[in-house]
Amino acid sequence: MLEHLRLYARYAATSVRSQLQYRASVLMSILGNLLLTGVEFFGVWALFDRFGQLRGWQLAEVALMYGMINIAFALSEAAGRGFKNFGAMVRSGDFDRILLRPRGTAFQVGAQQFELERMGRLLQGVAVLAYAVVQLDLLLDGPRLLLLLCTIAGGTCIFTGLFVVQATVAFWTVESLELFATVTYGGAETAQYPMSIYRDGFRRIFTYVIPLAFVSYVPGLAVLGRPERFGPPWLAWASPLVGLGFLLLCLRVWRIGVRHYRSTGS
Amino acid sequence: MRPYLAIFGARFRALLQYRTAAVAAVLTQLFWGLLRVMIFTAFYAASTAADLPMTLAEVVTYLWLTQALLRLLPWQPDVEVEQLIRDGNVAYELMRPVDVYGLWFARAVALRSAPVLLRCLPMLVPAVLLFDMGPPASLGAAIGFVLSAFAAVGLSAAITTLLSVAMLVTISSRGVHVLTTSAVNLMSGAIVPLSLLPAWLQPAIAVLPFRGLLDTPLRLYLGHLPLHAAPMAIGHQLLWTLALMLVGRMLLQRALRHVVVQGG
Repeated sequence: MLEHLRLYARYAATSVRSQLQYRASVLMSILGNLLLTGVEFFGVWALFDRFGQLRGWQLAEVALMYGMINIAFALSEAAGRGFKNFGAMVRSGDFDRILLRPRGTAFQVGAQQFELERMGRLLQGVAVLAYAVVQLDLLLDGPRLLLLLCTIAGGTCIFTGLFVVQATVAFWTVESLELFATVTYGGAETAQYPMSIYRDGFRRIFTYVIPLAFVSYVPGLAVLGRPERFGPPWLAWASPLVGLGFLLLCLRVWRIGVRHYRSTGS
Repeated sequence: MRPYLAIFGARFRALLQYRTAAVAAVLTQLFWGLLRVMIFTAFYAASTAADLPMTLAEVVTYLWLTQALLRLLPWQPDVEVEQLIRDGNVAYELMRPVDVYGLWFARAVALRSAPVLLRCLPMLVPAVLLFDMGPPASLGAAIGFVLSAFAAVGLSAAITTLLSVAMLVTISSRGVHVLTTSAVNLMSGAIVPLSLLPAWLQPAIAVLPFRGLLDTPLRLYLGHLPLHAAPMAIGHQLLWTLALMLVGRMLLQRALRHVVVQGG
């Protein structure tokens, strides 16, 4: 495990160094990513400015979930870049090389690239979360801050798992499915708001099929001490584990995919 | 005019070929539409705000039309033109017996119209039948919407071409693209319907070209812009299109005077 972490750090450092060769260009793309995602939060702010509240939720409360989800999504987007482009890897036959190396396949694909551009969304998420933490007076509240960190870790696991499954499809279709954007980008957008505002079917999908509710809404309720309830109180603390479980399940699916892999031979 | 029409036609037909991609895109857009409708419905449900500029029913229709026309927005430059500029093959482009600006503009018109046409109907039918999208306010509103949507394609093509020209001037023009995309997303109404944005932003929105990309046709459809205001609104779109075309053409001519073709 420790050895894998060290190796991952090596991979990531190499990738970051190579991107930093074009310093101005990287800086520009990070700022651009910050601006693009910042405009989206401006939209949320504008809606609260206009309507005052969202079914009894205040801006700071939604900002808490918005920040956690965006940080988690940015981290898994940066780290999961290799999975996002996996279709190209299958098409070119480059996956053969990975099969020959003495490390796990998912590990190698995931570690391939650490995309600095996504730090823009990360900065935006951190800023929004910081705003929420200050507004809600959570700054000196150790246990709740810990829960926030665990939740972000769980969220990163879920999004990474989704990218893994998206890549796995490429073993059969040789290209990544565009439809997956609904559960990755769409999932992030959904989980930014309290799940209670959605229709039943929609809410169930993002609670029980793709358990994003457990890394935003459920711990969010606990941290905010809102009157709404979802399950027993300890569930808030268990919910980051749901993220880890989901990732392990996705890696299972990946292994099935690897067994089905037939090189394109080119 | 004939060669430009031919370029447009060829590009248009080529873009209509991507049908499986369109099916996936329609399903994706339906998902986003449904999500956005639920979010806005929730904002309206317990709102304490008085005098809202739009009713919920109007917002729902606005959101679905946004999803249907989304590909009209000038998000990315023409990737093929971008490639030409990167690898130096733009030199061939300059040897053709047609005006380069006209050539790129015609391509851009196809790029912005074909995907919308392909996705529009399959998006709108379920939106109307299943998801509460309303009809146009009147026959006149429908006509105004169609005219204004055509003007929006022209405006979008003018911005797209300007982005391509910007590439020729700077080679790495990521900054320009991202700035444009952010402005387009916010100021066209793609993120939040423009009349719901704060009052202090409205003067800037009114002057800038971006509202002509989406908000103007949608407001005509809803009857928010009465018919007698339609000529002014469409005039705003056309004026900006013309201005951006002139700027694009001027920049292109300046750039071509000292163009450096990379590679051999």
